[in-house]
Amino acid sequence: MTISAKANAIWAYANPKKFLAASERVLPFFWISSGLCLVVGLTWGFFFTPDDYRQGSTVKIIYLHVPAALLAINTWFMMLVASLIWLIRRHHVSVLAARAAAPVGVVMTVIALVTGAIWGQPMWGTWWAWDPRLTSFLILFLFYLGYIALWEAIENPDAAADLTSVLCLVGSVFAVLSRYAVNFWNQGLHQGASVMRIEAVTGADTQEKVSNVFFFPLLICIVGFVLLFVALVLYRTGTEIRARRFRALLARERAGA
Amino acid sequence: MIALLLRDLKLAFRAGGGFGLGLAFFLILTVLVPFSVGPQSSLLSSIAPGVLWLGALLACLLSLDRLLALDWEDGSLDLLATAPVPLESVVTIKALAHWLTTGLPLVLVAPLLGVLLNLPVAGFFWLVISLLLGTPALSVIGTFGAALTVGLKRGGLLLSLLVLPLYVPTLIFGAEVARRGAAGMETTTPLLMLAGITAAVIALLPFASAAVLRVNLR
Repeated sequence: MTISAKANAIWAYANPKKFLAASERVLPFFWISSGLCLVVGLTWGFFFTPDDYRQGSTVKIIYLHVPAALLAINTWFMMLVASLIWLIRRHHVSVLAARAAAPVGVVMTVIALVTGAIWGQPMWGTWWAWDPRLTSFLILFLFYLGYIALWEAIENPDAAADLTSVLCLVGSVFAVLSRYAVNFWNQGLHQGASVMRIEAVTGADTQEKVSNVFFFPLLICIVGFVLLFVALVLYRTGTEIRARRFRALLARERAGA
Repeated sequence: MIALLLRDLKLAFRAGGGFGLGLAFFLILTVLVPFSVGPQSSLLSSIAPGVLWLGALLACLLSLDRLLALDWEDGSLDLLATAPVPLESVVTIKALAHWLTTGLPLVLVAPLLGVLLNLPVAGFFWLVISLLLGTPALSVIGTFGAALTVGLKRGGLLLSLLVLPLYVPTLIFGAEVARRGAAGMETTTPLLMLAGITAAVIALLPFASAAVLRVNLR
Protein backbone atom coordinates (compact mmCIF):
# COMPACT_ATOMS: atom_id res chain seq x y z
CA MET A 1 0.00 0.00 0.00
CA THR A 2 2.75 2.40 0.97
CA ILE A 3 4.72 1.43 -2.09
CA SER A 4 1.89 2.23 -4.45
CA ALA A 5 1.28 5.50 -2.61
CA LYS A 6 4.94 6.39 -3.03
CA ALA A 7 4.87 5.48 -6.71
CA ASN A 8 1.81 7.66 -7.16
CA ALA A 9 3.66 10.52 -5.54
CA ILE A 10 6.26 10.46 -8.30
CA TRP A 11 3.81 9.93 -11.15
CA ALA A 12 1.63 12.77 -9.90
CA TYR A 13 4.14 15.14 -11.50
CA ALA A 14 3.26 13.67 -14.87
CA ASN A 15 0.33 16.04 -14.63
CA PRO A 16 1.62 19.17 -16.43
CA LYS A 17 -0.18 21.52 -14.04
CA LYS A 18 1.32 19.91 -10.95
CA PHE A 19 4.69 19.72 -12.66
CA LEU A 20 4.66 23.43 -13.47
CA ALA A 21 3.63 24.40 -9.95
CA ALA A 22 6.26 22.18 -8.34
CA SER A 23 9.05 23.16 -10.74
CA GLU A 24 8.33 26.85 -10.19
CA ARG A 25 8.66 26.31 -6.45
CA VAL A 26 12.04 24.53 -6.68
CA LEU A 27 13.54 26.43 -9.61
CA PRO A 28 14.89 29.42 -7.61
CA PHE A 29 16.66 26.99 -5.31
CA PHE A 30 18.36 25.29 -8.26
CA TRP A 31 19.34 28.55 -9.98
CA ILE A 32 20.82 30.06 -6.81
CA SER A 33 22.63 26.95 -5.59
CA SER A 34 24.10 26.20 -9.02
CA GLY A 35 25.28 29.80 -9.35
CA LEU A 36 26.81 29.62 -5.89
CA CYS A 37 28.56 26.31 -6.58
CA LEU A 38 29.90 27.52 -9.92
CA VAL A 39 31.19 30.80 -8.54
CA VAL A 40 32.85 29.11 -5.55
CA GLY A 41 34.17 26.13 -7.53
CA LEU A 42 35.51 28.11 -10.47
CA THR A 43 37.06 30.85 -8.31
CA TRP A 44 38.68 28.26 -6.07
CA GLY A 45 39.82 26.29 -9.09
CA PHE A 46 41.14 29.18 -11.13
CA PHE A 47 42.79 31.32 -8.45
CA PHE A 48 43.44 29.22 -5.35
CA THR A 49 44.91 25.98 -6.65
CA PRO A 50 48.59 25.54 -7.48
CA ASP A 51 49.76 25.05 -11.06
CA ASP A 52 50.42 21.49 -12.08
CA TYR A 53 54.14 20.71 -12.10
CA ARG A 54 54.04 19.45 -15.67
CA GLN A 55 51.02 21.17 -17.24
CA GLY A 56 51.34 24.61 -15.67
CA SER A 57 48.14 26.63 -15.40
CA THR A 58 46.66 24.86 -18.44
CA VAL A 59 45.40 22.17 -16.08
CA LYS A 60 42.74 24.57 -14.80
CA ILE A 61 40.59 24.03 -17.85
CA ILE A 62 39.67 20.77 -16.13
CA TYR A 63 37.04 22.68 -14.13
CA LEU A 64 35.02 23.23 -17.31
CA HIS A 65 36.07 20.21 -19.32
CA VAL A 66 35.28 17.38 -16.93
CA PRO A 67 31.82 18.55 -15.71
CA ALA A 68 30.73 19.34 -19.28
CA ALA A 69 31.88 15.96 -20.55
CA LEU A 70 30.16 14.20 -17.65
CA LEU A 71 26.89 15.96 -18.39
CA ALA A 72 27.18 15.46 -22.16
CA ILE A 73 26.94 11.70 -21.66
CA ASN A 74 24.46 11.70 -18.81
CA THR A 75 22.09 14.04 -20.64
CA TRP A 76 21.70 11.40 -23.32
CA PHE A 77 21.10 8.82 -20.60
CA MET A 78 18.41 11.04 -19.05
CA MET A 79 16.79 11.45 -22.47
CA LEU A 80 16.80 7.67 -22.87
CA VAL A 81 15.02 7.18 -19.52
CA ALA A 82 12.51 9.94 -20.32
CA SER A 83 11.84 8.43 -23.76
CA LEU A 84 11.26 5.02 -22.21
CA ILE A 85 8.80 6.53 -19.72
CA TRP A 86 6.95 8.14 -22.62
CA LEU A 87 6.84 4.92 -24.64
CA ILE A 88 5.65 2.86 -21.68
CA ARG A 89 3.42 5.22 -19.67
CA ARG A 90 2.58 7.92 -22.23
CA HIS A 91 3.31 10.89 -19.97
CA HIS A 92 3.68 14.02 -22.09
CA VAL A 93 5.84 15.83 -19.53
CA SER A 94 8.43 13.07 -19.77
CA VAL A 95 8.94 13.32 -23.51
CA LEU A 96 8.93 17.12 -23.36
CA ALA A 97 11.69 16.91 -20.75
CA ALA A 98 13.71 14.76 -23.16
CA ARG A 99 13.15 17.32 -25.88
CA ALA A 100 14.13 20.14 -23.51
CA ALA A 101 17.31 18.34 -22.45
CA ALA A 102 18.66 17.71 -25.95
CA PRO A 103 19.95 21.26 -26.71
CA VAL A 104 21.53 21.38 -23.25
CA GLY A 105 23.30 18.13 -24.09
CA VAL A 106 24.53 19.53 -27.39
CA VAL A 107 25.95 22.60 -25.67
CA MET A 108 27.70 20.44 -23.07
CA THR A 109 29.17 18.24 -25.82
CA VAL A 110 30.44 21.31 -27.67
CA ILE A 111 31.92 22.75 -24.46
CA ALA A 112 33.69 19.45 -23.78
CA LEU A 113 35.02 19.26 -27.35
CA VAL A 114 36.15 22.89 -27.50
CA THR A 115 37.79 22.98 -24.05
CA GLY A 116 39.37 19.65 -24.92
CA ALA A 117 40.83 21.12 -28.09
CA ILE A 118 42.14 24.18 -26.22
CA TRP A 119 43.64 21.88 -23.61
CA GLY A 120 45.02 19.46 -26.16
CA GLN A 121 46.85 22.09 -28.19
CA PRO A 122 49.59 22.86 -25.62
CA MET A 123 49.61 19.35 -24.07
CA TRP A 124 49.52 17.04 -27.07
CA GLY A 125 50.60 19.62 -29.66
CA THR A 126 47.40 19.25 -31.64
CA TRP A 127 43.87 20.62 -31.58
CA TRP A 128 42.37 17.38 -32.65
CA ALA A 129 43.41 13.75 -32.71
CA TRP A 130 41.33 10.72 -33.70
CA ASP A 131 41.50 9.44 -30.19
CA PRO A 132 38.68 7.07 -29.12
CA ARG A 133 37.27 9.42 -26.49
CA LEU A 134 37.35 12.44 -28.77
CA THR A 135 35.85 10.48 -31.64
CA SER A 136 33.08 9.07 -29.45
CA PHE A 137 32.15 12.58 -28.39
CA LEU A 138 32.00 13.70 -31.99
CA ILE A 139 29.69 10.79 -32.77
CA LEU A 140 27.57 11.63 -29.73
CA PHE A 141 27.31 15.17 -31.08
CA LEU A 142 25.98 13.79 -34.38
CA PHE A 143 23.40 11.70 -32.52
CA TYR A 144 22.19 14.81 -30.68
CA LEU A 145 21.91 16.72 -33.97
CA GLY A 146 19.87 13.93 -35.55
CA TYR A 147 17.54 13.74 -32.55
CA ILE A 148 16.91 17.50 -32.53
CA ALA A 149 16.51 17.65 -36.32
CA LEU A 150 13.88 14.89 -36.21
CA TRP A 151 11.92 16.80 -33.52
CA GLU A 152 11.99 19.92 -35.68
CA ALA A 153 10.98 18.15 -38.87
CA ILE A 154 7.74 16.47 -37.74
CA GLU A 155 4.62 18.57 -37.34
CA ASN A 156 2.31 16.23 -35.43
CA PRO A 157 3.58 16.47 -31.80
CA ASP A 158 2.55 12.94 -30.74
CA ALA A 159 4.09 11.31 -33.80
CA ALA A 160 7.24 13.38 -33.24
CA ALA A 161 7.38 12.21 -29.62
CA ASP A 162 7.03 8.55 -30.63
CA LEU A 163 9.54 8.70 -33.47
CA THR A 164 12.20 10.61 -31.53
CA SER A 165 11.80 8.26 -28.57
CA VAL A 166 12.40 5.21 -30.75
CA LEU A 167 15.35 7.00 -32.36
CA CYS A 168 16.75 7.73 -28.89
CA LEU A 169 16.41 4.04 -27.97
CA VAL A 170 18.02 2.72 -31.15
CA GLY A 171 20.59 5.52 -31.07
CA SER A 172 21.65 4.57 -27.54
CA VAL A 173 22.43 1.03 -28.62
CA PHE A 174 24.40 2.26 -31.61
CA ALA A 175 26.20 4.90 -29.55
CA VAL A 176 27.46 2.23 -27.14
CA LEU A 177 28.38 0.02 -30.08
CA SER A 178 30.26 2.92 -31.69
CA ARG A 179 32.17 3.49 -28.44
CA TYR A 180 33.47 -0.09 -28.53
CA ALA A 181 34.11 0.02 -32.26
CA VAL A 182 36.10 3.24 -31.92
CA ASN A 183 38.10 1.78 -29.03
CA PHE A 184 38.96 -1.15 -31.22
CA TRP A 185 39.79 1.07 -34.16
CA ASN A 186 42.37 3.33 -32.53
CA GLN A 187 44.24 3.44 -29.25
CA GLY A 188 44.34 6.91 -27.86
CA LEU A 189 46.16 9.80 -26.27
CA HIS A 190 43.48 10.67 -23.74
CA GLN A 191 44.09 9.48 -20.19
CA GLY A 192 41.77 6.91 -18.66
CA ALA A 193 39.19 7.54 -15.95
CA SER A 194 41.06 9.39 -13.25
CA VAL A 195 38.49 11.43 -11.37
CA MET A 196 35.86 9.06 -10.10
CA ARG A 197 38.09 6.20 -9.02
CA ILE A 198 37.82 5.15 -5.39
CA GLU A 199 41.57 4.49 -5.16
CA ALA A 200 42.23 7.96 -6.47
CA VAL A 201 40.04 9.63 -3.85
CA THR A 202 41.33 7.63 -0.89
CA GLY A 203 44.90 8.08 -2.08
CA ALA A 204 45.65 4.35 -2.28
CA ASP A 205 46.66 4.72 -5.91
CA THR A 206 49.07 7.56 -6.59
CA GLN A 207 49.83 6.78 -10.23
CA GLU A 208 47.08 8.23 -12.41
CA LYS A 209 44.91 10.18 -10.06
CA VAL A 210 43.76 13.74 -9.97
CA SER A 211 45.36 15.23 -6.87
CA ASN A 212 43.02 16.14 -4.02
CA VAL A 213 44.12 19.76 -4.37
CA PHE A 214 42.35 19.80 -7.72
CA PHE A 215 39.69 17.28 -6.81
CA PHE A 216 37.62 19.27 -4.29
CA PRO A 217 37.07 22.39 -6.40
CA LEU A 218 36.39 20.05 -9.33
CA LEU A 219 33.73 18.26 -7.28
CA ILE A 220 32.06 21.59 -6.48
CA CYS A 221 32.13 22.51 -10.17
CA ILE A 222 30.55 19.18 -11.10
CA VAL A 223 27.79 19.71 -8.53
CA GLY A 224 27.28 23.23 -9.89
CA PHE A 225 27.01 21.96 -13.46
CA VAL A 226 24.53 19.24 -12.46
CA LEU A 227 22.36 21.75 -10.58
CA LEU A 228 22.53 24.09 -13.58
CA PHE A 229 21.49 21.22 -15.83
CA VAL A 230 18.49 20.39 -13.64
CA ALA A 231 17.46 24.05 -13.54
CA LEU A 232 17.77 24.43 -17.31
CA VAL A 233 15.83 21.27 -18.05
CA LEU A 234 13.02 22.14 -15.60
CA TYR A 235 12.82 25.63 -17.03
CA ARG A 236 12.87 24.50 -20.64
CA THR A 237 10.32 21.76 -19.96
CA GLY A 238 8.02 24.40 -18.48
CA THR A 239 8.47 26.47 -21.62
CA GLU A 240 7.66 23.47 -23.83
CA ILE A 241 4.48 22.77 -21.85
CA ARG A 242 3.36 26.38 -22.12
CA ALA A 243 4.19 26.49 -25.84
CA ARG A 244 2.08 23.41 -26.42
CA ARG A 245 -0.84 24.88 -24.43
CA PHE A 246 -0.54 28.08 -26.39
CA ARG A 247 -0.72 26.17 -29.65
CA ALA A 248 -3.75 24.23 -28.43
CA LEU A 249 -5.51 27.48 -27.46
CA LEU A 250 -4.76 29.02 -30.85
CA ALA A 251 -6.09 25.94 -32.63
CA ARG A 252 -9.27 26.02 -30.52
CA GLU A 253 -9.80 29.69 -31.29
CA ARG A 254 -9.35 29.12 -35.00
CA ALA A 255 -11.80 26.24 -34.88
CA GLY A 256 -14.32 28.39 -33.01
CA ALA A 257 -14.04 31.33 -35.41
CA MET B 1 5.93 -12.37 -48.80
CA ILE B 2 7.70 -13.88 -51.78
CA ALA B 3 5.20 -12.08 -53.98
CA LEU B 4 6.14 -8.83 -52.28
CA LEU B 5 9.84 -9.52 -52.80
CA LEU B 6 9.29 -10.29 -56.50
CA ARG B 7 7.18 -7.15 -56.88
CA ASP B 8 9.88 -4.98 -55.32
CA LEU B 9 12.57 -6.56 -57.47
CA LYS B 10 10.50 -6.08 -60.63
CA LEU B 11 9.83 -2.45 -59.77
CA ALA B 12 13.52 -1.87 -59.17
CA PHE B 13 14.65 -3.45 -62.44
CA ARG B 14 12.12 -1.69 -64.68
CA ALA B 15 12.60 1.79 -66.04
CA GLY B 16 12.48 4.49 -63.39
CA GLY B 17 13.23 2.00 -60.65
CA GLY B 18 16.64 3.49 -60.05
CA PHE B 19 18.47 0.18 -60.37
CA GLY B 20 22.06 0.87 -61.40
CA LEU B 21 21.98 4.40 -60.01
CA GLY B 22 23.92 3.30 -56.94
CA LEU B 23 26.35 1.38 -59.13
CA ALA B 24 26.99 4.41 -61.32
CA PHE B 25 27.50 6.56 -58.24
CA PHE B 26 30.00 4.04 -56.86
CA LEU B 27 31.90 4.04 -60.16
CA ILE B 28 32.02 7.83 -60.41
CA LEU B 29 33.13 8.23 -56.80
CA THR B 30 35.95 5.74 -57.34
CA VAL B 31 37.05 7.53 -60.51
CA LEU B 32 37.04 10.88 -58.74
CA VAL B 33 39.25 9.73 -55.86
CA PRO B 34 42.55 9.65 -57.82
CA PHE B 35 41.74 13.12 -59.17
CA SER B 36 41.45 14.48 -55.65
CA VAL B 37 44.34 12.72 -53.90
CA GLY B 38 46.78 12.26 -56.78
CA PRO B 39 47.69 9.28 -58.95
CA GLN B 40 50.59 7.75 -56.93
CA SER B 41 49.85 4.02 -56.89
CA SER B 42 51.30 3.46 -53.41
CA LEU B 43 48.99 6.07 -51.90
CA LEU B 44 45.98 4.72 -53.81
CA SER B 45 46.60 1.14 -52.78
CA SER B 46 46.86 2.11 -49.12
CA ILE B 47 43.56 4.02 -49.11
CA ALA B 48 41.71 1.70 -51.53
CA PRO B 49 39.92 -0.51 -48.93
CA GLY B 50 38.62 2.50 -47.02
CA VAL B 51 37.54 4.39 -50.13
CA LEU B 52 35.72 1.38 -51.54
CA TRP B 53 33.90 0.82 -48.26
CA LEU B 54 32.94 4.48 -48.01
CA GLY B 55 31.78 4.48 -51.63
CA ALA B 56 29.61 1.41 -51.09
CA LEU B 57 28.14 3.00 -47.96
CA LEU B 58 27.27 6.25 -49.73
CA ALA B 59 25.84 4.39 -52.71
CA CYS B 60 23.60 2.49 -50.28
CA LEU B 61 22.54 5.75 -48.65
CA LEU B 62 21.68 7.28 -52.01
CA SER B 63 18.87 4.85 -52.75
CA LEU B 64 17.36 4.81 -49.25
CA ASP B 65 14.84 7.61 -49.70
CA ARG B 66 13.13 5.65 -52.51
CA LEU B 67 12.93 2.53 -50.36
CA LEU B 68 9.57 3.32 -48.78
CA ALA B 69 8.70 6.76 -50.15
CA LEU B 70 7.32 5.49 -53.48
CA ASP B 71 5.03 3.00 -51.75
CA TRP B 72 4.00 5.74 -49.34
CA GLU B 73 3.06 8.09 -52.16
CA ASP B 74 0.88 5.68 -54.14
CA GLY B 75 -0.74 4.29 -51.00
CA SER B 76 0.47 0.71 -51.32
CA LEU B 77 2.18 1.03 -47.94
CA ASP B 78 -1.23 1.43 -46.30
CA LEU B 79 -2.39 -1.73 -48.03
CA LEU B 80 0.69 -3.60 -46.90
CA ALA B 81 0.10 -2.45 -43.33
CA THR B 82 -3.45 -3.81 -43.34
CA ALA B 83 -2.46 -7.01 -45.20
CA PRO B 84 -2.44 -10.27 -43.20
CA VAL B 85 1.37 -10.16 -43.13
CA PRO B 86 3.10 -8.70 -40.06
CA LEU B 87 4.63 -5.31 -40.74
CA GLU B 88 7.92 -6.57 -39.30
CA SER B 89 8.29 -9.05 -42.14
CA VAL B 90 7.21 -6.43 -44.67
CA VAL B 91 10.09 -4.16 -43.67
CA THR B 92 12.47 -7.13 -43.61
CA ILE B 93 11.45 -8.04 -47.15
CA LYS B 94 11.85 -4.38 -48.15
CA ALA B 95 15.38 -4.41 -46.72
CA LEU B 96 16.13 -7.68 -48.49
CA ALA B 97 14.92 -6.27 -51.80
CA HIS B 98 17.05 -3.18 -51.24
CA TRP B 99 20.09 -5.33 -50.54
CA LEU B 100 19.50 -7.51 -53.62
CA THR B 101 19.16 -4.48 -55.89
CA THR B 102 21.81 -2.23 -54.30
CA GLY B 103 24.10 -4.07 -51.88
CA LEU B 104 24.75 -7.23 -53.85
CA PRO B 105 25.64 -5.44 -57.13
CA LEU B 106 28.00 -3.19 -55.17
CA VAL B 107 29.72 -6.26 -53.73
CA LEU B 108 30.07 -7.70 -57.23
CA VAL B 109 31.60 -4.60 -58.85
CA ALA B 110 33.82 -3.67 -55.90
CA PRO B 111 36.72 -5.93 -57.06
CA LEU B 112 36.67 -4.29 -60.49
CA LEU B 113 36.88 -0.86 -58.92
CA GLY B 114 39.61 -2.25 -56.66
CA VAL B 115 41.72 -2.72 -59.79
CA LEU B 116 41.28 0.98 -60.58
CA LEU B 117 42.55 1.92 -57.14
CA ASN B 118 45.47 -0.50 -57.22
CA LEU B 119 44.16 -2.62 -54.34
CA PRO B 120 46.78 -5.19 -53.21
CA VAL B 121 46.06 -8.73 -54.44
CA ALA B 122 45.53 -10.09 -50.92
CA GLY B 123 42.85 -7.46 -50.35
CA PHE B 124 40.34 -8.57 -53.01
CA PHE B 125 39.10 -11.62 -51.14
CA TRP B 126 38.68 -9.74 -47.85
CA LEU B 127 37.05 -6.75 -49.53
CA VAL B 128 34.37 -8.96 -51.06
CA ILE B 129 33.88 -10.93 -47.83
CA SER B 130 33.58 -7.79 -45.69
CA LEU B 131 31.16 -6.10 -48.10
CA LEU B 132 29.13 -9.30 -48.40
CA LEU B 133 28.79 -9.44 -44.62
CA GLY B 134 28.41 -5.71 -44.04
CA THR B 135 26.05 -4.43 -46.74
CA PRO B 136 22.99 -6.33 -45.38
CA ALA B 137 23.44 -4.37 -42.14
CA LEU B 138 23.58 -1.14 -44.16
CA SER B 139 20.28 -2.03 -45.87
CA VAL B 140 18.50 -2.96 -42.63
CA ILE B 141 19.70 0.15 -40.76
CA GLY B 142 18.78 2.24 -43.79
CA THR B 143 15.27 0.76 -43.77
CA PHE B 144 14.89 1.96 -40.19
CA GLY B 145 15.94 5.45 -41.25
CA ALA B 146 13.57 5.37 -44.22
CA ALA B 147 10.70 4.27 -41.97
CA LEU B 148 11.46 7.15 -39.57
CA THR B 149 11.35 9.82 -42.27
CA VAL B 150 8.77 8.36 -44.68
CA GLY B 151 6.05 10.89 -43.93
CA LEU B 152 8.24 13.95 -44.32
CA LYS B 153 8.24 16.15 -47.39
CA ARG B 154 11.94 16.95 -47.34
CA GLY B 155 13.09 13.77 -45.67
CA GLY B 156 16.10 13.04 -47.88
CA LEU B 157 18.71 15.15 -46.12
CA LEU B 158 17.34 14.36 -42.67
CA LEU B 159 17.51 10.68 -43.57
CA SER B 160 21.26 10.94 -44.18
CA LEU B 161 21.76 12.88 -40.96
CA LEU B 162 19.94 10.17 -38.99
CA VAL B 163 21.41 7.13 -40.73
CA LEU B 164 25.08 8.10 -41.04
CA PRO B 165 25.86 7.99 -37.28
CA LEU B 166 24.15 4.59 -37.13
CA TYR B 167 26.49 3.37 -39.88
CA VAL B 168 29.62 4.10 -37.82
CA PRO B 169 30.16 0.67 -36.18
CA THR B 170 29.49 -1.24 -39.42
CA LEU B 171 31.88 0.99 -41.34
CA ILE B 172 34.63 0.73 -38.72
CA PHE B 173 34.61 -3.06 -38.57
CA GLY B 174 33.95 -3.58 -42.28
CA ALA B 175 36.74 -1.27 -43.42
CA GLU B 176 39.02 -2.74 -40.75
CA VAL B 177 38.54 -6.22 -42.23
CA ALA B 178 39.32 -4.95 -45.72
CA ARG B 179 42.32 -2.93 -44.54
CA ARG B 180 43.82 -5.74 -42.49
CA GLY B 181 43.18 -8.18 -45.30
CA ALA B 182 44.94 -5.91 -47.79
CA ALA B 183 47.90 -5.58 -45.42
CA GLY B 184 48.05 -9.35 -44.97
CA MET B 185 47.14 -9.22 -41.28
CA GLU B 186 44.86 -11.33 -39.12
CA THR B 187 41.19 -10.42 -39.74
CA THR B 188 39.26 -12.74 -37.42
CA THR B 189 38.27 -10.26 -34.69
CA PRO B 190 36.79 -7.47 -36.84
CA LEU B 191 35.24 -10.07 -39.12
CA LEU B 192 33.39 -11.67 -36.21
CA MET B 193 32.31 -8.26 -34.91
CA LEU B 194 31.02 -7.30 -38.36
CA ALA B 195 29.10 -10.56 -38.68
CA GLY B 196 27.74 -10.06 -35.16
CA ILE B 197 26.50 -6.55 -35.95
CA THR B 198 24.81 -7.75 -39.14
CA ALA B 199 23.14 -10.68 -37.40
CA ALA B 200 21.95 -8.59 -34.45
CA VAL B 201 20.68 -5.80 -36.68
CA ILE B 202 18.73 -8.21 -38.91
CA ALA B 203 17.23 -9.88 -35.84
CA LEU B 204 16.23 -6.78 -33.87
CA LEU B 205 15.95 -3.66 -36.00
CA PRO B 206 12.90 -4.71 -38.10
CA PHE B 207 10.83 -4.45 -34.90
CA ALA B 208 11.90 -0.84 -34.44
CA SER B 209 11.34 -0.11 -38.15
CA ALA B 210 7.83 -1.59 -38.02
CA ALA B 211 7.04 0.37 -34.85
CA VAL B 212 8.01 3.73 -36.36
CA LEU B 213 6.25 2.84 -39.62
CA ARG B 214 3.03 2.21 -37.65
CA VAL B 215 3.40 5.64 -36.05
CA ASN B 216 3.88 7.23 -39.45
CA LEU B 217 0.87 5.42 -40.94
CA ARG B 218 -1.40 6.38 -38.04
